[in-house]
Amino acid sequence: MGEKMLMKGNEVIGEAAIRAGCRYFFGYPITPQTELSEYLAKKMPKVGGLCLQAESEVSAINMVLGCNAAGERAFTSSSSPGISLKSEGVSYIIGSDLPCVIVNVQRGGPGLGGIQPAQSDYLQATKALGHGDMHFIVLAPAYVQEIATLMGEAFDLADLYRTPVMLLADGALGQMMEPVDFTAKKERTLPEKTWAACGHVNKREHNIVNSLYISPEVLEQTVLDRYERYKTIEENEVQYDEYMTEDAEICIVAYGITARIAKTAVKAAREKGIKAGLFRPITLWPYPKKELAALSEKVEKFLVVEMNMGQMVDDVKVATNCRKPVEFFGRTGGVIPTPAEILAKIEEMNGGAN
Amino acid sequence: MLNKLKERIIIICGHYGAGKTNVAVNLALFAAEKGKKVTIADLDVVNPYFRTADNAKELREKGIRCIIPQYANTNVDIPSIPAEFLSVFHGDDFSVIDVGGDDGAIALSVYKEKFESSGYEMLYVYNACRPLTAELDEAEQSLRDIEAMSRLKVGYIINNTNLGEETTAETVKKGEEICKALSERTGVPFLGNTVFKTVKGLDIDSVIPMDNATKQLF
Repeated sequence: MGEKMLMKGNEVIGEAAIRAGCRYFFGYPITPQTELSEYLAKKMPKVGGLCLQAESEVSAINMVLGCNAAGERAFTSSSSPGISLKSEGVSYIIGSDLPCVIVNVQRGGPGLGGIQPAQSDYLQATKALGHGDMHFIVLAPAYVQEIATLMGEAFDLADLYRTPVMLLADGALGQMMEPVDFTAKKERTLPEKTWAACGHVNKREHNIVNSLYISPEVLEQTVLDRYERYKTIEENEVQYDEYMTEDAEICIVAYGITARIAKTAVKAAREKGIKAGLFRPITLWPYPKKELAALSEKVEKFLVVEMNMGQMVDDVKVATNCRKPVEFFGRTGGVIPTPAEILAKIEEMNGGAN
Repeated sequence: MLNKLKERIIIICGHYGAGKTNVAVNLALFAAEKGKKVTIADLDVVNPYFRTADNAKELREKGIRCIIPQYANTNVDIPSIPAEFLSVFHGDDFSVIDVGGDDGAIALSVYKEKFESSGYEMLYVYNACRPLTAELDEAEQSLRDIEAMSRLKVGYIINNTNLGEETTAETVKKGEEICKALSERTGVPFLGNTVFKTVKGLDIDSVIPMDNATKQLF
């Protein structure tokens, strides 16, 4: 596959994982990400890998835990309700300082919700997928091409910081087809997995992978050490994108597929003489706080656009210290906002239609 | 193209993402424009988004009867085929049947005898830019798998090779070469290319005029 291919987002997740050297996938089917399992079921055997349909999501995430404990790259994928089921496993993986990659192709919620695209797992992904003091890296692609890059990056980041990395997509991105090439990603020097429980061959002590710490002092120190690592991640791994923000008065903040819809609205607003711009966080954790704070010195108002009820609004307010008003427009339950709806909101914020 | 299709029931099959729905919708519109009484049936039981149902309004406005599963584009995750589908085998409508990719062709097999007694043409839509079917061997396997799954025979091969808006003449020609080789290998005749009108400067004939029927989000 040297030249460009026309691929579904879900297929690209699978192909990019294989290209990142991942040979183990454990999952359980759920709309709208099942094409990923199907792709890997066909492709993994051809590259000597394993694609296994577990008996449940809980089982799949624990297989990922075991596989990563042995030092192998493994990942799992699901959609919203299935991700909730995985939360216990994710907390155990963090408690064991293991790398892993988790993909969430979001659909409407809560509960069984619906099968159409949504972004209503933002808070779950960025604040608390599982119990305990913790963070993990959350990457939000907006293009099928970007899925290819970020999926490769996810495995590297996971190994580098011994943390789960979540690729947070949505049903629309998973299902849509766009041209994609698997260009070389950022080269990173990765540490050797000296902690892996993969056989000591009488050459070293046993490696034990565990998340149980009976002594509070030891557990506290372990958490403190982990938060030192989080600090490094926040300093080094923030990614974002900007569009026409230089002279923007109204700045949209949106991620994933919604950012692309918002971009169309920004272009339409510019044609009407409204100085609109777009700030797109690519890493949802670490959040681009400094960059938004700097932007809040320049713009007059922020408009958060999401496919949920406004889950990112507070992050923008905190990042900008509420320096400027933050308004919200969103659709939820599987409804995708249109560029026209977003434009209408921009016009309203600009003091009515021009 | 229409004069090559001897039967009134046209089945559009192919691998995932080959562009079946686009070909089906455009073929239905083209036949209607040529004065035919047209029915389009969505038999896709595998794909939850981007379906014939997205175009139902436009199709109905053009007088085309749409047989669409109730669950299509709703939040109901239970694929089913409406009983109304059987009406395709009665009457004399030019009927275009949009089938799900790969394994989705299994939905056809239950109607094998009905298709055979009514007569049908099954068109295999191919896109060389899609993974898992880009090579000739893979394309042949996919065609044979669909025949086995559907218990029907492919009558023609259509080259719908494209990279969306990035399609070039080379893209189409690459697919055409594979389709011709596939035709030689399988004995299934090659019908021609389908190319979007929006892709400028291609200078390649499209067997039916093609507008992009895929729902645009932005």
